[in-house]
Amino acid sequence: MFAFLSSQPVQTALIVGSCAALVSALIGVFTVLRGNAFAGHALADVSSAGGAASFLWGISPLLGFLGMAWIAAFGMEFLGVRKARERDLATGIVLGAGLGLSALFLYLDVTTTSTTGAAVSVMFGSLFAISQGLIWPAILAVLAVFLLVGLFYRPLILTAVDPDLATLRGVSPRWMGLLQLLVLGLAVAVCALAIGAVLATALLIGPAGAAIRLSRRPAQAIFWAMMIALTAVWSGIWMAYESYYWFSGNAWPVSFFVVVLIFLFYLLAMFGSSWQHKYRRRGITSLRRLQEP
Amino acid sequence: MFSSFMINTWIAGTAIALVAALVGYFVVIRHSAFAAHALPLGAFPGAAAANLLGVNPFVGLLVFVGMGVLLLRQLARIGRRDVGTGLLLVLFLGVGALFLSMTSEYAPEVFSLLFGEMLGISDADLWPILGICALVSVVMITIFRPLLLDSSFPDLAALQGISAARMDLIFLSLLALVTASALPVVGAFLVFTLLVGPPAAAQSLSIHPLRSLLLAVIFAESSIWSAIALSYWTNWPIGFFVGMLGAGLFTLARSYRHWSQRERPVVQVSGL
Repeated sequence: MFAFLSSQPVQTALIVGSCAALVSALIGVFTVLRGNAFAGHALADVSSAGGAASFLWGISPLLGFLGMAWIAAFGMEFLGVRKARERDLATGIVLGAGLGLSALFLYLDVTTTSTTGAAVSVMFGSLFAISQGLIWPAILAVLAVFLLVGLFYRPLILTAVDPDLATLRGVSPRWMGLLQLLVLGLAVAVCALAIGAVLATALLIGPAGAAIRLSRRPAQAIFWAMMIALTAVWSGIWMAYESYYWFSGNAWPVSFFVVVLIFLFYLLAMFGSSWQHKYRRRGITSLRRLQEP
Repeated sequence: MFSSFMINTWIAGTAIALVAALVGYFVVIRHSAFAAHALPLGAFPGAAAANLLGVNPFVGLLVFVGMGVLLLRQLARIGRRDVGTGLLLVLFLGVGALFLSMTSEYAPEVFSLLFGEMLGISDADLWPILGICALVSVVMITIFRPLLLDSSFPDLAALQGISAARMDLIFLSLLALVTASALPVVGAFLVFTLLVGPPAAAQSLSIHPLRSLLLAVIFAESSIWSAIALSYWTNWPIGFFVGMLGAGLFTLARSYRHWSQRERPVVQVSGL
């Protein structure tokens, strides 16, 4: 255990992983409540183009992920993410274009620079290989998200839960939607850095989806989502570290463990809560009702 | 560009674009873009596993995509469909990352599975693709009417005794088959782009089902042909061109609709 904690890559992995877990759990609750899981996933996937470009131009990968996630967020807003019926298509189109860009940048990475592992580390993450210089930018991104969400907590929740009621009470859905996409972009960038762009969705929607099922109030859901995400990330890092000994020198990827743990937590929450509802008929909780499609 | 080693690429691309447009039409009207994105990516570990075990990649793809369809329906039953889809997707991708980390040729393998490799399709690869494409087209023609009715007016379809659950299963299975045939050639991401881009552009231009379907096929074929040609000349990955062409077509179609609507307002029924 001591060797585990004193290793430098493990410390960095734990810090960046915790940042990703906290920020994604917070934003994830809004994303899932708003029915934006696909958009969240699309932002993460598109951010891979930024990650690939950062290898090409030698800028910080966090900036690359963030820049591309924001461009995609504005693209979706422009193509009409607001109208519920158009949302699915606009997201799909932006996702397609973003993945095309990603293909191009990764191809250029391989041909013009000697970074052969770019595709793997951008797509699937390499938490143990994150440079220490990225710790502070990641922490700053997390603080910015917490500050923004703290300032606009009530209007954000209201817009996520009931946009019509929010409009009646004078909250501009347009601005709140944009704010939501901005913080979502920040969260996605930190997650993509930690467990990879295509796997960032796991942290974003898994813990939040499970926590919403277990909670009665949004604040409670955020708390449980954070607990689930932190547990998954920490155990994932530990298991990946130990797997080096389990499989005689063939360490399994951290991202794999994190994703599988989150999936198990989700199943547990889903079956646990339906069991509870079966045997303890206490009426439908407020958040659970919102979950019905 | 039409030399002997490219012939199979042209044939496979044409067949795949045809069925992608057919199935993609329903992806758009059923609002299933997320499922269309998740299934190809979920199938990707199948190819990686087959690679690892040394069996035919088609077997691995069909097994994984089949599991994907079943799990997707189960997860949609216990929770929100979009959250379930997303989690299933990342679970399969995580497994794929694990399989790939076990093979020696890690990086190039990931790239070609995700973004496709149009060159070097052997005759042995071509036959399963053509077979699956023919099967999908035949099934599509047989169930076109009930599926269209179920996608546009679920209540009316239920009245006529069309089971929504069965239609959902058939639709997802067709999607899975297209995925399995197209993935080794064009890559996981590109399958999705072909499924959504051209049909979405076609839907913006016409609300008549057959006309829209025909437009979707034309758009899909012209996208893949231009993409193969451009990729041949520039050496850039084909996924880039298909993605950009899809987004470009959609934006153009939307602008055209916007512009023509302002001239002559008509009642819009496009969301059928």
